[in-house]
Amino acid sequence: MSGTALWAAVLAGSIGCYLLKLAGLSVPAAWVEQPWVARIVDFVPAALLAALVAVQALTSGQELVVDGRLAGLAVAALALALRAPFIVVLVLAGAAGALVHVVAG
Amino acid sequence: MSRAAARSATLRDAIGLGLAVGLYGAAFGAAADAAGLDLWQTVTLSALMFTGASQFALVGVLGAGGSALAAVGSALLLGTRNTVYGVRLVPLLRPRGVLPRLATAHWVIDETTALSIAAPDRRLARLAFLAGGASIFLMWNLTTVVGALGAAALSGPALAALDAVVPAAFLALLWPRLRAGFPEARVQLRVAVGGAVVALALTPFVPAGVQVIAAVVAVALAGRPGRAPRPTAEEEMA
Repeated sequence: MSGTALWAAVLAGSIGCYLLKLAGLSVPAAWVEQPWVARIVDFVPAALLAALVAVQALTSGQELVVDGRLAGLAVAALALALRAPFIVVLVLAGAAGALVHVVAG
Repeated sequence: MSRAAARSATLRDAIGLGLAVGLYGAAFGAAADAAGLDLWQTVTLSALMFTGASQFALVGVLGAGGSALAAVGSALLLGTRNTVYGVRLVPLLRPRGVLPRLATAHWVIDETTALSIAAPDRRLARLAFLAGGASIFLMWNLTTVVGALGAAALSGPALAALDAVVPAAFLALLWPRLRAGFPEARVQLRVAVGGAVVALALTPFVPAGVQVIAAVVAVALAGRPGRAPRPTAEEEMA
């Protein structure tokens, strides 16, 4: 992607996210506190973050690919389940990914 | 607790959280570098967008080869959370006038909302918001630069390590929502699994990045609104 397109994404995303924050301080509370709106906002992060986990760990372009990233993800899940701190989770995931890369050549 | 003790406890919590959140900034800087953003684009995101999950989503979609539109779309969908936080913060912070409102909006994120709501009264809520916002903003931007420069220096197995760190960072953002204490954690898990399945199933058929946005259909798995308690901002903190 060109530098211009990247800048467009960076700036449009930043302005949009700022306006979403500002809207919360500016619109009548009743607009945002509709049960359906609240329901969707509560669950969008889980759907999107899980989709990003899957796409980052298992795809390359339009292909499904299994490589060291999946090993790293499994190690990260285990570390999170054991309540390891964030930095430990990332270091262990990175080490697993690098190990698979070296072993698989 | 005396007034002074409450004040220092509020400051301690705010600054402690700022330091902890800084670690995520380094991971973001590294992820942005891996996605092909240059240092200035990465720094601009942390300074202007300043909302972690949206920043990760934007560079995650771009890194997966997605279009600018798909990347912005996923960042905005995650940014809707902050709109709800703003509504909850108005009675606590009471920003009066245009300029205070514009300035306050920039720091409305998971962590500042949690700190403000947890504060014992309105004065301390404002202090928590300002101290937390300032320390997180400083640390987040500082560590973003460190992460981006550090990742740019990597090669070989270290690059493979970085590739494995990015999905792990997304999992760490998702994890608190799936823990037993989070309201409707099992429903959150159902929605998360649904989102992952939708994204993977669509990957071969749609342009990169679109599958991430399409994954929001999994929110339908949450069902209709019930009388279940809403998650508090503290519980939503990643």
